Amino acid sequence: MNSQNIMFVILAAIIILSSIATVVTKSVIRAATYLLFVLLGTAGMYFLMGYTFLGAVQTMVYAGGIIVLYVFAILLTDGAKGQDTKARIKDASWGFILALVGFLVFLFMLLKQNLFADIATLDAPQEPAKCAATSIDSIGNTLLSSGEGGHLLPFEAVSVLLLACIVAGLLIARKR
Amino acid sequence: MIQIEYMLIISAVMMCAGIFGFITRRSTLAVLLSIELMLNSADLNFAVFNRMCNFGGNEGYLFSVFAIAIAAAESAVAIAIMINIYRMLKGIQVDKLEKMKG
Repeated sequence: MNSQNIMFVILAAIIILSSIATVVTKSVIRAATYLLFVLLGTAGMYFLMGYTFLGAVQTMVYAGGIIVLYVFAILLTDGAKGQDTKARIKDASWGFILALVGFLVFLFMLLKQNLFADIATLDAPQEPAKCAATSIDSIGNTLLSSGEGGHLLPFEAVSVLLLACIVAGLLIARKR
Repeated sequence: MIQIEYMLIISAVMMCAGIFGFITRRSTLAVLLSIELMLNSADLNFAVFNRMCNFGGNEGYLFSVFAIAIAAAESAVAIAIMINIYRMLKGIQVDKLEKMKG
């Protein structure tokens, strides 16, 4: 068992426990805090996969931006008042059953299909370490090139979307 | 290297927790938190599949980056709407929001 596996087990425990705690805890502020731990654990997973840029984006945008925004919004409204989990499960037991059945179906499909055994035997490079290195260079080049394999159009679309969001957020939330 | 199924199982746990919270929560902000959980599991799946199946390419990687940007935009507008609703109706519990009902 090497250090990568140990790190993976720690991150998996953090993510699974915090994501369950996010939905069963009573107070919404606590739910937001547990969600922060889920997001940081996911960032750790990205780092573990070798996707350092994605992990940094996840940490900055989610942990630094979105969670702070949520905490402010919860405190500005009466959203902090939660409902007891047992009452919630009794209230909408079909939601609990749906989530449980969905999870069992996912698990059954994943373990039965064994889909990655087939992919590994394709003509792709066998060691994942060799093909994993996605450098910042190649990210920037693909993001801003308009040629084959470039992603300039979605990049520009996202920038227009963000501008529209700034305007819409100001317009909706202003005092009249 | 870690077996890839385990990362997908973690993502499935996150997705199902999000579905449970989405259905059973009463406060709209808690519903939005559950949506973030589900979006995050989808991002993790994109990255995992790109890492394991897309040798040399990085489409899944960029999908994840765009998905994070869109999730940020979505939650900003949603929170602005929630604050506006709270100012008008003094409450954001989902079963109380029926002012537009005829």
